[in-house]
Amino acid sequence: MKRPPALANAVDRGLAPFRGRRAAGLLPQARLGGPMPWVIAIMVALTVVAAGGALALSNMVSTASGDLAGSATVQIIEPDAGQRAAQVEAVQEVLAQDPAVEGFRVVPEEDIAELLEPWLGTGEEVEAVPLPALVDVELRDGAGRDDYARLEAAMREVAPRARIDAQSDWLAPVLSALSALKWMALALILMLGFVGAAAVWLAARNALGGNRKTIEVVHLLGGSDDQVARIFQRSILLDAIIGGVLGFVAGVLAMSLLARQFAALQSGMVAGGTLTAMDWVLIALVPLFAIAIAVYTARMTVLSSLRKSL
Amino acid sequence: MSTREGEIVQFDNVGLRYGTDREVLSNVTFSLYSGRFYFLTGASGAGKTSLLKLLYLAQRPSRGAIRMFGRDVITLPRDQLPSFRRRMGVVFQDFRLVDHLSAFDNVALPLRVSGVREADLREPVADMLEWVGLAHRAEARPATLSGGEQQRVAIARAVIGRPEILIADEPTGNVDPEMAVKLLRLFEALNRLGTTVVVATHDVQLLRKVPDSLIMRLSKGMLADPTGALRYPPRREGTVGESA
Repeated sequence: MKRPPALANAVDRGLAPFRGRRAAGLLPQARLGGPMPWVIAIMVALTVVAAGGALALSNMVSTASGDLAGSATVQIIEPDAGQRAAQVEAVQEVLAQDPAVEGFRVVPEEDIAELLEPWLGTGEEVEAVPLPALVDVELRDGAGRDDYARLEAAMREVAPRARIDAQSDWLAPVLSALSALKWMALALILMLGFVGAAAVWLAARNALGGNRKTIEVVHLLGGSDDQVARIFQRSILLDAIIGGVLGFVAGVLAMSLLARQFAALQSGMVAGGTLTAMDWVLIALVPLFAIAIAVYTARMTVLSSLRKSL
Repeated sequence: MSTREGEIVQFDNVGLRYGTDREVLSNVTFSLYSGRFYFLTGASGAGKTSLLKLLYLAQRPSRGAIRMFGRDVITLPRDQLPSFRRRMGVVFQDFRLVDHLSAFDNVALPLRVSGVREADLREPVADMLEWVGLAHRAEARPATLSGGEQQRVAIARAVIGRPEILIADEPTGNVDPEMAVKLLRLFEALNRLGTTVVVATHDVQLLRKVPDSLIMRLSKGMLADPTGALRYPPRREGTVGESA
Protein backbone atom coordinates (compact mmCIF):
# COMPACT_ATOMS: atom_id res chain seq x y z
CA MET A 1 0.00 0.00 0.00
CA LYS A 2 1.37 3.42 -0.94
CA ARG A 3 1.92 6.27 1.46
CA PRO A 4 -1.07 8.55 1.81
CA PRO A 5 -0.95 11.40 -0.67
CA ALA A 6 -0.03 14.71 0.82
CA LEU A 7 -2.42 17.42 -0.28
CA ALA A 8 -0.67 20.09 -2.19
CA ASN A 9 -0.34 23.51 -0.63
CA ALA A 10 -2.50 24.73 -3.47
CA VAL A 11 -5.47 23.13 -1.74
CA ASP A 12 -6.55 26.29 -0.03
CA ARG A 13 -9.50 25.84 2.24
CA GLY A 14 -12.39 28.21 2.41
CA LEU A 15 -11.70 30.09 -0.81
CA ALA A 16 -14.32 28.42 -2.98
CA PRO A 17 -17.77 28.45 -1.43
CA PHE A 18 -19.58 25.12 -1.37
CA ARG A 19 -22.47 25.78 -3.73
CA GLY A 20 -23.69 25.28 -7.25
CA ARG A 21 -24.48 22.00 -8.96
CA ARG A 22 -22.08 19.95 -6.80
CA ALA A 23 -23.61 21.25 -3.59
CA ALA A 24 -27.15 20.80 -4.90
CA GLY A 25 -26.32 17.21 -5.85
CA LEU A 26 -25.43 16.50 -2.24
CA LEU A 27 -29.07 16.77 -1.23
CA PRO A 28 -31.08 15.57 -4.22
CA GLN A 29 -34.32 15.63 -2.26
CA ALA A 30 -33.67 19.22 -1.26
CA ARG A 31 -35.55 20.08 -4.43
CA LEU A 32 -38.65 21.21 -2.63
CA GLY A 33 -40.89 18.92 -4.54
CA GLY A 34 -42.81 18.78 -7.82
CA PRO A 35 -45.82 20.91 -6.88
CA MET A 36 -43.81 23.82 -5.47
CA PRO A 37 -43.39 25.77 -8.76
CA TRP A 38 -47.11 25.33 -9.40
CA VAL A 39 -48.04 26.47 -5.90
CA ILE A 40 -45.86 29.56 -6.36
CA ALA A 41 -47.30 30.11 -9.86
CA ILE A 42 -50.87 30.07 -8.53
CA MET A 43 -49.97 32.41 -5.66
CA VAL A 44 -48.22 34.84 -8.02
CA ALA A 45 -51.08 34.75 -10.56
CA LEU A 46 -53.67 35.48 -7.87
CA THR A 47 -51.50 38.21 -6.38
CA VAL A 48 -50.95 39.82 -9.80
CA VAL A 49 -54.73 39.88 -10.40
CA ALA A 50 -55.39 41.17 -6.88
CA ALA A 51 -52.66 43.82 -7.19
CA GLY A 52 -53.93 44.88 -10.63
CA GLY A 53 -57.47 45.08 -9.25
CA ALA A 54 -56.40 47.07 -6.21
CA LEU A 55 -54.44 49.53 -8.34
CA ALA A 56 -57.28 49.89 -10.88
CA LEU A 57 -59.81 50.49 -8.12
CA SER A 58 -57.49 52.98 -6.48
CA ASN A 59 -57.12 54.88 -9.77
CA MET A 60 -60.86 54.73 -10.35
CA VAL A 61 -61.64 56.17 -6.90
CA SER A 62 -59.07 58.95 -7.17
CA THR A 63 -60.14 59.89 -10.74
CA ALA A 64 -63.83 59.94 -9.83
CA SER A 65 -63.19 61.84 -6.61
CA GLY A 66 -61.08 64.39 -8.46
CA ASP A 67 -63.69 64.85 -11.16
CA LEU A 68 -66.52 65.32 -8.70
CA ALA A 69 -64.72 67.38 -6.10
CA GLY A 70 -66.20 70.92 -6.06
CA SER A 71 -68.99 70.09 -8.48
CA ALA A 72 -72.60 70.70 -7.51
CA THR A 73 -75.99 70.91 -9.20
CA VAL A 74 -78.71 73.42 -8.33
CA GLN A 75 -82.15 72.01 -9.01
CA ILE A 76 -85.28 74.20 -9.19
CA ILE A 77 -88.43 72.12 -9.20
CA GLU A 78 -91.19 74.59 -10.08
CA PRO A 79 -94.12 73.55 -12.28
CA ASP A 80 -94.86 77.11 -13.40
CA ALA A 81 -92.51 77.94 -16.28
CA GLY A 82 -92.54 81.69 -15.59
CA GLN A 83 -91.81 81.29 -11.90
CA ARG A 84 -89.12 78.75 -12.73
CA ALA A 85 -87.38 81.15 -15.12
CA ALA A 86 -87.54 83.95 -12.54
CA GLN A 87 -86.04 81.69 -9.85
CA VAL A 88 -83.25 80.66 -12.23
CA GLU A 89 -82.40 84.32 -12.79
CA ALA A 90 -82.38 84.98 -9.04
CA VAL A 91 -80.22 81.92 -8.36
CA GLN A 92 -77.71 83.08 -11.01
CA GLU A 93 -77.37 86.41 -9.23
CA VAL A 94 -76.71 84.68 -5.91
CA LEU A 95 -74.14 82.37 -7.50
CA ALA A 96 -72.38 85.24 -9.27
CA GLN A 97 -71.89 87.07 -5.98
CA ASP A 98 -70.80 84.14 -3.82
CA PRO A 99 -66.99 84.01 -3.25
CA ALA A 100 -66.97 80.19 -3.13
CA VAL A 101 -68.32 79.85 -6.66
CA GLU A 102 -65.77 79.48 -9.43
CA GLY A 103 -68.32 79.34 -12.24
CA PHE A 104 -71.75 78.06 -13.20
CA ARG A 105 -73.77 77.11 -16.25
CA VAL A 106 -77.52 76.86 -16.71
CA VAL A 107 -78.23 73.51 -18.34
CA PRO A 108 -80.35 74.17 -21.49
CA GLU A 109 -83.85 72.69 -21.45
CA GLU A 110 -83.05 70.67 -24.61
CA ASP A 111 -80.17 68.96 -22.79
CA ILE A 112 -82.44 68.10 -19.86
CA ALA A 113 -85.07 66.72 -22.23
CA GLU A 114 -82.41 64.64 -23.95
CA LEU A 115 -81.22 63.29 -20.60
CA LEU A 116 -84.74 62.26 -19.67
CA GLU A 117 -85.71 60.94 -23.10
CA PRO A 118 -85.03 57.27 -22.23
CA TRP A 119 -87.61 57.52 -19.45
CA LEU A 120 -90.13 60.02 -20.78
CA GLY A 121 -89.83 59.56 -24.54
CA THR A 122 -90.69 62.38 -27.00
CA GLY A 123 -93.83 64.00 -28.25
CA GLU A 124 -96.32 66.67 -27.34
CA GLU A 125 -97.55 64.90 -24.19
CA VAL A 126 -94.05 64.86 -22.90
CA GLU A 127 -93.51 68.52 -23.66
CA ALA A 128 -96.40 69.19 -21.31
CA VAL A 129 -94.50 67.63 -18.41
CA PRO A 130 -92.75 70.38 -16.42
CA LEU A 131 -88.99 69.74 -16.23
CA PRO A 132 -86.85 71.04 -13.37
CA ALA A 133 -84.28 73.73 -14.15
CA LEU A 134 -80.67 72.68 -13.56
CA VAL A 135 -77.60 74.82 -12.97
CA ASP A 136 -74.13 73.19 -12.91
CA VAL A 137 -71.92 74.89 -10.36
CA GLU A 138 -68.14 74.70 -9.96
CA LEU A 139 -66.90 75.67 -6.51
CA ARG A 140 -63.43 76.90 -5.74
CA ASP A 141 -60.85 74.48 -4.27
CA GLY A 142 -61.34 73.97 -0.59
CA ALA A 143 -65.07 74.63 -0.64
CA GLY A 144 -66.74 72.60 2.06
CA ARG A 145 -70.04 71.79 3.75
CA ASP A 146 -70.34 75.31 5.21
CA ASP A 147 -70.17 76.85 1.71
CA TYR A 148 -72.91 74.50 0.48
CA ALA A 149 -75.11 75.38 3.47
CA ARG A 150 -74.54 79.12 3.00
CA LEU A 151 -75.27 78.93 -0.74
CA GLU A 152 -78.43 76.93 -0.18
CA ALA A 153 -79.67 79.39 2.45
CA ALA A 154 -78.95 82.37 0.16
CA MET A 155 -80.71 80.73 -2.79
CA ARG A 156 -83.73 79.71 -0.72
CA GLU A 157 -84.35 83.37 0.09
CA VAL A 158 -84.75 84.26 -3.61
CA ALA A 159 -85.83 80.86 -4.97
CA PRO A 160 -87.79 78.82 -2.41
CA ARG A 161 -87.85 75.70 -4.66
CA ALA A 162 -84.06 75.64 -5.24
CA ARG A 163 -81.95 72.78 -3.87
CA ILE A 164 -78.20 72.31 -4.16
CA ASP A 165 -76.62 68.81 -4.32
CA ALA A 166 -72.88 68.15 -4.19
CA GLN A 167 -72.17 65.62 -6.96
CA SER A 168 -69.77 63.77 -4.72
CA ASP A 169 -72.68 62.99 -2.39
CA TRP A 170 -74.42 60.97 -5.11
CA LEU A 171 -71.40 58.75 -5.68
CA ALA A 172 -70.14 58.64 -2.11
CA PRO A 173 -71.56 55.14 -1.42
CA VAL A 174 -70.10 53.85 -4.71
CA LEU A 175 -66.67 55.34 -3.98
CA SER A 176 -66.81 53.94 -0.46
CA ALA A 177 -67.62 50.47 -1.83
CA LEU A 178 -64.76 50.72 -4.36
CA SER A 179 -62.41 51.80 -1.62
CA ALA A 180 -63.46 48.84 0.52
CA LEU A 181 -62.81 46.53 -2.44
CA LYS A 182 -59.34 48.04 -2.84
CA TRP A 183 -58.46 47.37 0.81
CA MET A 184 -59.87 43.87 0.51
CA ALA A 185 -57.59 43.24 -2.48
CA LEU A 186 -54.59 44.46 -0.47
CA ALA A 187 -55.57 42.16 2.42
CA LEU A 188 -55.85 39.32 -0.09
CA ILE A 189 -52.30 40.05 -1.32
CA LEU A 190 -51.00 39.87 2.25
CA MET A 191 -52.82 36.60 2.85
CA LEU A 192 -51.48 35.12 -0.38
CA GLY A 193 -47.96 36.10 0.68
CA PHE A 194 -48.50 34.44 4.04
CA VAL A 195 -49.96 31.26 2.49
CA GLY A 196 -47.07 31.10 -0.02
CA ALA A 197 -44.50 31.44 2.76
CA ALA A 198 -46.32 28.74 4.77
CA ALA A 199 -46.23 26.38 1.76
CA VAL A 200 -42.48 26.93 1.37
CA TRP A 201 -42.00 26.41 5.12
CA LEU A 202 -43.80 23.06 4.98
CA ALA A 203 -41.91 21.94 1.88
CA ALA A 204 -38.54 22.95 3.34
CA ARG A 205 -39.25 21.08 6.58
CA ASN A 206 -40.30 18.03 4.59
CA ALA A 207 -37.12 18.19 2.46
CA LEU A 208 -35.03 18.63 5.61
CA GLY A 209 -36.62 15.53 7.12
CA GLY A 210 -35.88 13.54 3.96
CA ASN A 211 -32.20 14.54 4.06
CA ARG A 212 -31.57 14.45 7.80
CA LYS A 213 -28.93 11.70 7.62
CA THR A 214 -26.96 13.40 4.87
CA ILE A 215 -27.15 16.77 6.62
CA GLU A 216 -25.84 15.16 9.81
CA VAL A 217 -22.88 13.75 7.88
CA VAL A 218 -22.19 17.13 6.26
CA HIS A 219 -22.25 18.72 9.73
CA LEU A 220 -19.87 16.14 11.17
CA LEU A 221 -17.49 16.69 8.24
CA GLY A 222 -17.37 20.38 9.11
CA GLY A 223 -20.22 21.70 7.00
CA SER A 224 -21.89 24.80 8.40
CA ASP A 225 -25.59 25.61 8.72
CA ASP A 226 -25.10 28.33 6.16
CA GLN A 227 -23.75 25.85 3.61
CA VAL A 228 -26.75 23.55 4.08
CA ALA A 229 -29.16 26.50 3.98
CA ARG A 230 -27.60 27.69 0.70
CA ILE A 231 -28.35 24.33 -0.93
CA PHE A 232 -32.03 24.69 -0.01
CA GLN A 233 -32.05 28.34 -1.06
CA ARG A 234 -30.73 27.39 -4.48
CA SER A 235 -33.38 24.73 -4.83
CA ILE A 236 -36.27 27.01 -3.88
CA LEU A 237 -34.82 29.80 -6.03
CA LEU A 238 -35.17 27.63 -9.14
CA ASP A 239 -38.71 26.60 -8.17
CA ALA A 240 -39.66 30.20 -7.36
CA ILE A 241 -38.28 31.57 -10.64
CA ILE A 242 -40.22 29.00 -12.67
CA GLY A 243 -43.38 29.57 -10.60
CA GLY A 244 -42.95 33.34 -10.60
CA VAL A 245 -42.65 33.58 -14.38
CA LEU A 246 -45.56 31.20 -15.02
CA GLY A 247 -47.74 32.96 -12.44
CA PHE A 248 -46.92 36.42 -13.77
CA VAL A 249 -47.81 35.45 -17.33
CA ALA A 250 -51.05 33.80 -16.20
CA GLY A 251 -51.94 36.77 -13.99
CA VAL A 252 -51.33 39.34 -16.72
CA LEU A 253 -53.41 37.28 -19.19
CA ALA A 254 -56.27 37.10 -16.68
CA MET A 255 -56.02 40.85 -16.09
CA SER A 256 -56.10 41.56 -19.83
CA LEU A 257 -59.26 39.50 -20.22
CA LEU A 258 -60.90 41.29 -17.29
CA ALA A 259 -59.81 44.69 -18.64
CA ARG A 260 -61.39 43.85 -22.01
CA GLN A 261 -64.66 42.92 -20.29
CA PHE A 262 -64.73 46.17 -18.31
CA ALA A 263 -63.75 48.26 -21.32
CA ALA A 264 -66.86 46.91 -23.10
CA LEU A 265 -68.98 48.68 -20.45
CA GLN A 266 -67.89 52.02 -22.00
CA SER A 267 -68.30 53.71 -18.65
CA GLY A 268 -66.38 56.88 -17.89
CA MET A 269 -65.82 55.72 -14.35
CA VAL A 270 -64.29 52.41 -15.46
CA ALA A 271 -62.00 54.30 -17.85
CA GLY A 272 -60.62 56.09 -14.78
CA GLY A 273 -59.27 52.73 -13.57
CA THR A 274 -56.71 52.41 -16.37
CA LEU A 275 -53.33 51.24 -15.06
CA THR A 276 -50.40 53.64 -15.33
CA ALA A 277 -46.78 52.76 -16.20
CA MET A 278 -45.89 52.92 -12.48
CA ASP A 279 -48.73 50.49 -11.74
CA TRP A 280 -47.25 48.01 -14.22
CA VAL A 281 -43.84 48.38 -12.59
CA LEU A 282 -45.46 47.54 -9.22
CA ILE A 283 -47.22 44.52 -10.75
CA ALA A 284 -43.93 43.35 -12.29
CA LEU A 285 -42.43 43.43 -8.78
CA VAL A 286 -44.93 40.80 -7.58
CA PRO A 287 -42.97 37.74 -8.86
CA LEU A 288 -39.71 39.26 -7.59
CA PHE A 289 -41.24 39.68 -4.13
CA ALA A 290 -42.59 36.13 -4.31
CA ILE A 291 -39.10 34.79 -5.13
CA ALA A 292 -37.55 36.83 -2.31
CA ILE A 293 -40.16 35.66 0.21
CA ALA A 294 -39.75 32.00 -0.87
CA VAL A 295 -35.93 32.09 -0.62
CA TYR A 296 -35.98 33.94 2.72
CA THR A 297 -38.59 31.57 4.16
CA ALA A 298 -36.63 28.49 3.05
CA ARG A 299 -33.42 29.88 4.55
CA MET A 300 -35.03 30.78 7.87
CA THR A 301 -36.83 27.41 8.07
CA VAL A 302 -33.63 25.47 7.44
CA LEU A 303 -31.50 27.55 9.79
CA SER A 304 -34.01 27.43 12.64
CA SER A 305 -34.36 23.67 12.23
CA LEU A 306 -30.58 23.10 12.09
CA ARG A 307 -30.02 25.19 15.21
CA LYS A 308 -31.79 22.48 17.18
CA SER A 309 -28.97 20.05 16.35
CA LEU A 310 -25.39 20.30 17.62
CA MET B 1 -7.46 24.03 32.87
CA SER B 2 -4.01 24.73 31.40
CA THR B 3 -2.76 23.10 28.19
CA ARG B 4 0.60 21.33 28.06
CA GLU B 5 2.84 21.44 25.02
CA GLY B 6 1.61 19.09 22.29
CA GLU B 7 -1.69 18.48 24.11
CA ILE B 8 -4.51 18.76 21.55
CA VAL B 9 -7.41 17.27 23.55
CA GLN B 10 -8.12 17.52 27.25
CA PHE B 11 -11.02 15.84 29.04
CA ASP B 12 -11.43 16.83 32.66
CA ASN B 13 -13.95 15.03 34.87
CA VAL B 14 -16.32 14.60 31.96
CA GLY B 15 -19.66 12.92 32.54
CA LEU B 16 -22.33 12.07 29.99
CA ARG B 17 -25.88 10.94 30.53
CA TYR B 18 -28.70 10.61 28.01
CA GLY B 19 -31.94 11.99 29.40
CA THR B 20 -32.48 10.97 33.00
CA ASP B 21 -30.69 7.61 32.72
CA ARG B 22 -27.52 6.89 34.68
CA GLU B 23 -24.27 8.30 33.34
CA VAL B 24 -22.79 6.34 30.43
CA LEU B 25 -19.46 8.09 31.06
CA SER B 26 -18.31 9.15 34.51
CA ASN B 27 -15.39 11.30 35.61
CA VAL B 28 -13.46 10.73 32.39
CA THR B 29 -10.14 12.54 32.51
CA PHE B 30 -7.41 12.18 29.90
CA SER B 31 -5.34 14.08 27.36
CA LEU B 32 -4.43 13.32 23.76
CA TYR B 33 -1.08 14.46 22.48
CA SER B 34 -0.20 15.44 18.98
CA GLY B 35 1.25 12.67 16.81
CA ARG B 36 0.39 9.77 19.16
CA PHE B 37 -1.52 6.60 18.36
CA TYR B 38 -4.28 5.66 20.80
CA PHE B 39 -6.46 2.59 21.09
CA LEU B 40 -9.75 2.92 22.92
CA THR B 41 -10.87 -0.47 24.15
CA GLY B 42 -13.62 -1.89 26.26
CA ALA B 43 -16.49 -4.32 26.12
CA SER B 44 -19.63 -3.56 24.18
CA GLY B 45 -21.64 -0.93 26.02
CA ALA B 46 -18.59 0.37 27.89
CA GLY B 47 -19.13 3.79 26.39
CA LYS B 48 -16.56 3.81 23.56
CA THR B 49 -18.91 5.27 20.96
CA SER B 50 -20.21 7.86 23.46
CA LEU B 51 -16.67 8.95 24.22
CA LEU B 52 -15.88 9.22 20.50
CA LYS B 53 -19.04 11.29 19.96
CA LEU B 54 -17.75 13.75 22.52
CA LEU B 55 -14.42 13.75 20.71
CA TYR B 56 -15.82 14.47 17.28
CA LEU B 57 -18.23 17.06 18.68
CA ALA B 58 -21.44 15.23 17.93
CA GLN B 59 -22.45 15.43 21.57
CA ARG B 60 -21.97 17.83 24.46
CA PRO B 61 -21.11 16.35 27.87
CA SER B 62 -23.48 16.59 30.81
CA ARG B 63 -20.67 17.86 33.01
CA GLY B 64 -16.94 18.41 33.08
CA ALA B 65 -14.65 20.31 30.72
CA ILE B 66 -13.33 19.55 27.25
CA ARG B 67 -10.62 21.53 25.51
CA MET B 68 -9.57 20.93 21.93
CA PHE B 69 -6.76 22.64 20.10
CA GLY B 70 -6.48 24.98 23.06
CA ARG B 71 -10.15 26.05 23.15
CA ASP B 72 -12.99 25.17 25.49
CA VAL B 73 -15.39 23.44 23.09
CA ILE B 74 -18.29 23.16 25.54
CA THR B 75 -18.93 26.88 25.64
CA LEU B 76 -17.90 27.35 22.02
CA PRO B 77 -20.62 29.09 19.95
CA ARG B 78 -22.36 26.70 17.55
CA ASP B 79 -21.18 28.56 14.46
CA GLN B 80 -17.54 27.92 15.40
CA LEU B 81 -17.92 24.14 15.64
CA PRO B 82 -17.49 23.50 11.86
CA SER B 83 -13.96 24.90 11.86
CA PHE B 84 -13.04 22.47 14.67
CA ARG B 85 -14.69 19.53 12.93
CA ARG B 86 -12.69 20.28 9.76
CA ARG B 87 -9.52 19.64 11.75
CA MET B 88 -10.71 16.09 12.48
CA GLY B 89 -11.29 13.00 10.39
CA VAL B 90 -13.91 10.54 11.55
CA VAL B 91 -14.49 6.94 10.49
CA PHE B 92 -17.96 6.09 11.74
CA GLN B 93 -18.84 2.58 12.87
CA ASP B 94 -21.66 2.50 10.31
CA PHE B 95 -19.51 4.36 7.70
CA ARG B 96 -22.23 6.99 7.07
CA LEU B 97 -21.46 7.22 3.38
CA VAL B 98 -23.89 9.34 1.37
CA ASP B 99 -25.89 6.75 -0.58
CA HIS B 100 -26.56 8.79 -3.71
CA LEU B 101 -22.96 9.94 -4.16
CA SER B 102 -20.23 7.94 -5.87
CA ALA B 103 -17.14 6.75 -3.98
CA PHE B 104 -15.26 9.68 -5.55
CA ASP B 105 -17.84 12.23 -4.42
CA ASN B 106 -18.01 10.73 -0.93
CA VAL B 107 -14.25 11.06 -0.55
CA ALA B 108 -14.31 14.56 -2.04
CA LEU B 109 -17.06 15.71 0.34
CA PRO B 110 -14.85 17.03 3.20
CA LEU B 111 -12.79 19.02 0.70
CA ARG B 112 -15.89 20.46 -0.98
CA VAL B 113 -17.35 21.36 2.41
CA SER B 114 -14.04 23.07 3.23
CA GLY B 115 -14.31 25.11 0.07
CA VAL B 116 -11.61 23.45 -2.03
CA ARG B 117 -12.05 24.22 -5.72
CA GLU B 118 -13.08 21.38 -8.04
CA ALA B 119 -9.90 21.71 -10.06
CA ASP B 120 -7.81 21.33 -6.91
CA LEU B 121 -9.54 18.30 -5.48
CA ARG B 122 -9.61 15.91 -8.44
CA GLU B 123 -6.03 14.76 -8.10
CA PRO B 124 -5.93 14.34 -4.30
CA VAL B 125 -9.20 12.40 -4.31
CA ALA B 126 -8.04 10.14 -7.14
CA ASP B 127 -4.73 9.57 -5.29
CA MET B 128 -6.59 8.76 -2.09
CA LEU B 129 -8.86 6.25 -3.82
CA GLU B 130 -5.81 4.62 -5.35
CA TRP B 131 -4.14 4.57 -1.93
CA VAL B 132 -7.03 2.58 -0.45
CA GLY B 133 -7.13 0.37 -3.55
CA LEU B 134 -10.42 1.63 -4.92
CA ALA B 135 -9.36 3.65 -7.96
CA HIS B 136 -11.31 1.26 -10.17
CA ARG B 137 -14.49 1.79 -8.09
CA ALA B 138 -14.41 5.60 -8.10
CA GLU B 139 -17.80 5.95 -9.77
CA ALA B 140 -19.50 3.16 -7.78
CA ARG B 141 -22.30 4.01 -5.37
CA PRO B 142 -21.94 2.74 -1.76
CA ALA B 143 -24.78 0.24 -2.24
CA THR B 144 -22.74 -1.56 -4.90
CA LEU B 145 -19.58 -1.75 -2.75
CA SER B 146 -18.76 -4.58 -0.36
CA GLY B 147 -18.53 -3.91 3.40
CA GLY B 148 -14.76 -3.73 3.23
CA GLU B 149 -14.83 -1.38 0.24
CA GLN B 150 -17.31 0.89 1.99
CA GLN B 151 -15.05 0.94 5.02
CA ARG B 152 -12.07 1.95 2.88
CA VAL B 153 -14.11 4.75 1.25
CA ALA B 154 -15.07 5.92 4.75
CA ILE B 155 -11.41 5.89 5.78
CA ALA B 156 -10.35 7.72 2.62
CA ARG B 157 -13.01 10.36 3.33
CA ALA B 158 -11.76 10.71 6.91
CA VAL B 159 -8.12 11.25 5.97
CA ILE B 160 -8.42 13.17 2.66
CA GLY B 161 -8.25 16.55 4.39
CA ARG B 162 -5.08 15.57 6.32
CA PRO B 163 -6.82 15.97 9.70
CA GLU B 164 -4.87 16.79 12.82
CA ILE B 165 -6.71 14.03 14.63
CA LEU B 166 -8.27 10.88 13.16
CA ILE B 167 -11.03 9.21 15.14
CA ALA B 168 -12.10 5.73 14.02
CA ASP B 169 -14.92 3.79 15.60
CA GLU B 170 -14.39 0.03 15.14
CA PRO B 171 -12.80 0.55 11.73
CA THR B 172 -11.91 -3.11 11.38
CA GLY B 173 -15.24 -4.45 12.54
CA ASN B 174 -16.53 -5.40 9.12
CA VAL B 175 -13.42 -6.66 7.40
CA ASP B 176 -11.43 -9.88 7.41
CA PRO B 177 -8.23 -10.07 9.51
CA GLU B 178 -5.99 -9.46 6.49
CA MET B 179 -7.84 -6.27 5.57
CA ALA B 180 -7.90 -5.23 9.24
CA VAL B 181 -4.10 -5.31 9.32
CA LYS B 182 -3.93 -3.40 6.02
CA LEU B 183 -6.20 -0.68 7.42
CA LEU B 184 -4.14 -0.51 10.57
CA ARG B 185 -0.99 -0.02 8.49
CA LEU B 186 -2.81 2.80 6.71
CA PHE B 187 -3.54 4.51 10.04
CA GLU B 188 0.06 4.04 11.10
CA ALA B 189 1.25 5.64 7.88
CA LEU B 190 -1.00 8.60 8.54
CA ASN B 191 0.21 8.73 12.15
CA ARG B 192 3.81 8.85 10.95
CA LEU B 193 2.88 11.95 8.97
CA GLY B 194 1.92 13.61 12.25
CA THR B 195 -1.79 12.88 12.63
CA THR B 196 -3.01 11.86 16.08
CA VAL B 197 -4.97 8.63 15.72
CA VAL B 198 -7.67 7.31 18.04
CA VAL B 199 -9.00 3.87 17.14
CA ALA B 200 -11.85 2.36 19.12
CA THR B 201 -11.83 -1.42 19.00
CA HIS B 202 -12.79 -4.41 21.06
CA ASP B 203 -10.27 -6.58 19.16
CA VAL B 204 -7.38 -7.05 21.63
CA GLN B 205 -5.28 -8.73 18.93
CA LEU B 206 -5.15 -5.43 17.10
CA LEU B 207 -3.55 -3.61 20.02
CA ARG B 208 -0.36 -5.64 19.75
CA LYS B 209 0.15 -4.68 16.15
CA VAL B 210 1.02 -1.03 16.96
CA PRO B 211 3.78 -1.25 19.55
CA ASP B 212 4.06 2.47 20.24
CA SER B 213 0.37 2.94 20.86
CA LEU B 214 -1.23 4.07 24.09
CA ILE B 215 -4.28 2.22 25.35
CA MET B 216 -7.38 3.80 26.82
CA ARG B 217 -9.51 1.17 28.51
CA LEU B 218 -13.14 1.95 29.23
CA SER B 219 -15.16 -0.10 31.65
CA LYS B 220 -18.74 0.76 32.62
CA GLY B 221 -18.21 4.36 31.59
CA MET B 222 -15.01 4.81 33.61
CA LEU B 223 -11.61 5.29 31.99
CA ALA B 224 -8.75 3.29 33.46
CA ASP B 225 -5.36 5.02 33.52
CA PRO B 226 -3.49 3.19 36.27
CA THR B 227 -0.02 4.30 35.14
CA GLY B 228 -1.01 7.85 34.29
CA ALA B 229 0.29 7.28 30.76
CA LEU B 230 -2.80 8.87 29.24
CA ARG B 231 -2.31 12.10 31.15
CA TYR B 232 1.49 12.06 30.97
CA PRO B 233 2.51 9.87 28.03
CA PRO B 234 6.11 8.68 27.75
CA ARG B 235 8.21 10.78 25.42
CA ARG B 236 8.57 9.25 21.99
CA GLU B 237 11.35 10.01 19.63
CA GLY B 238 10.18 12.39 16.93
CA THR B 239 6.94 13.34 18.70
CA VAL B 240 5.93 15.95 21.18
CA GLY B 241 4.70 14.82 24.59
CA GLU B 242 5.54 14.97 28.23
CA SER B 243 6.95 12.03 30.07
CA ALA B 244 5.47 10.82 33.34
